[in-house]
Amino acid sequence: MSPLRRFLRTPEAVTGAMLLAALIAMALSASLLFPGDPQAIAGPALLPPFQDWSLPLGTDRLGRDVLAELFHGARTSLAVGLAAAAAALVVGAVVGTLAGFAGGLVDEVLMRITDAFQTVPSFLLALAFVSVVGPSLGVVVIAIALGTWTGPARVARAEVLSIRERDYVAGARVIGMHPLAIAFREVLPNALPPVLAMSSVIVAAAILTEAALSFLGLGDPNRVTWGGMIAEGRAVLRTAPFLSIVPGIALVLTVLGVYLAGEGIVETTAVRRGLS
Amino acid sequence: MTRALTLIRRRLVGSIFVLLIVVVGTFLLLEAAPGDAVDAYIVSTGGDAGMIELLRHRWGLDQSELTRLANYLWALLHLDLGQSVTFSRPIRDVILERLPNTLLLMVSATALSFGLGSALGIYAGARPGSFRDRFLSIGSLALYAVPGFWLGLVLIIVFAVDLRWLPIGGIETLASDKTGLDRAADIAVHLALPVSALGFIYLALYLRMMRAGMAEVWRQDFVLAARAKGLSRRRIVLAHVARNALLPLVTMLGLQSAQMLGGSVVIESVFSVPGLGRLAQEAVASRDTPLLLGIILTSAVLVIVINLLVDIAYAFLDPRVGASEAGA
Repeated sequence: MSPLRRFLRTPEAVTGAMLLAALIAMALSASLLFPGDPQAIAGPALLPPFQDWSLPLGTDRLGRDVLAELFHGARTSLAVGLAAAAAALVVGAVVGTLAGFAGGLVDEVLMRITDAFQTVPSFLLALAFVSVVGPSLGVVVIAIALGTWTGPARVARAEVLSIRERDYVAGARVIGMHPLAIAFREVLPNALPPVLAMSSVIVAAAILTEAALSFLGLGDPNRVTWGGMIAEGRAVLRTAPFLSIVPGIALVLTVLGVYLAGEGIVETTAVRRGLS
Repeated sequence: MTRALTLIRRRLVGSIFVLLIVVVGTFLLLEAAPGDAVDAYIVSTGGDAGMIELLRHRWGLDQSELTRLANYLWALLHLDLGQSVTFSRPIRDVILERLPNTLLLMVSATALSFGLGSALGIYAGARPGSFRDRFLSIGSLALYAVPGFWLGLVLIIVFAVDLRWLPIGGIETLASDKTGLDRAADIAVHLALPVSALGFIYLALYLRMMRAGMAEVWRQDFVLAARAKGLSRRRIVLAHVARNALLPLVTMLGLQSAQMLGGSVVIESVFSVPGLGRLAQEAVASRDTPLLLGIILTSAVLVIVINLLVDIAYAFLDPRVGASEAGA
């Protein structure tokens, strides 16, 4: 059976793929369906959901359209989640490959640095980084990547250690290839599958971290974020709890979609090796 | 006993290097922040240029970066973290005052997630592929997708706002003069929601690890032998399968400690628990970088100590560890 057919026959994987597809559709259609500034006032403040069909999910404390904010927030979540995960995977794979392939002092130094990054709670590090550099989308991406590259680095290193003694690596040495070329052209591509298998967990963690940062007011102030919406709703938690609940449900469904689809892909393509 | 001592000594030596990297790295990162402690101080108290000059000199901020890093490290050796600008007190005292609340929150949340998570994991893993196994597996994945701070808010809406069973935040009733058991009960009531919010997220992790671990153990020969001996299913599950699957969870306990400290930052802010995490947020808000540096260092030390304790526990639980470690 082909991987695609196996994927389509796993109900969890299909659910995840559908959730993700819905999220991507939301992100892409945000400026088509809701042109203009989602942070602009659209109607009376604190309109409950399902009252006015031009504002289906009602409005928040400042009279902003909750549905429009939700669509634009999908964009931020997805963009930050994917960018931070990509950065973490690239940095992790490069550091892990260098450490594992070079060995000796280089390995020792790189792994102690990895230890140091894993010793500091990554959320605290992200908090410190954003507060020093100032909140913007790019800074949030870097802040999240700072705390997540260590996992991929360790996995890549372990994989490289087992690959580096193979015959084709010895062959590349004999024909006089530069060690860095061997590391990145021959070894790294073969060490990638187990690193990539971590991507769904990393994307999910990145989305959750972004939400937590913007919940604490450290997200990009010029963009709608789901975490920011939840924080905004917190002020009227007693009278309008849906303002905090709705974006939270969007977050849960997004992260769940990433997990389910990611697990489906990993399982059906059988790249899973020694990861539980 | 000597085994544990060797382990401790080796880990401590490694930890010193790691801590040094953390100190230097964080110091340089926070150095890059615009403004220094004097700016923060002047904003809150006011003062002229002469005063700024004087303070810079008194606090050693007019020296070069390298000198200040050396001074900081020298002070650290004396367990001196410097002076907090916002609190006008030694940072060490401020941190030590908040630390017990965070530790209490973390230990309770860990007990909840580890205890309930592994128990449910055993329940699910005892019959692989059964309905309850699939239900718990998908349910735990869904739980793992929930942001802790949002779960906290939902718990507040249900249990504090609607049902009015539990307080909305804080660590204890203010100015209540409660002592002894009354005070402990009061704190327990206040911490019920934050501990649940923090603990339930990680519960899913332990549940899934336990389940996956048990699935591996079921396939091994000694389980077949236990069956052939005619042991009851309950005994096989508890004494053989679960027991062997429990070990990786103990390692996870240490690895998760940094995550949980990070998670408690947001949870403490949601429930206004005066702990280390909330202090970090206050430090960020008031640009008190020396305080933030102190908090990050304390967290790093805490993570190292927890991992050391977990490793020692592991060495006692699994006799194979000591054998290979001692030989290396």
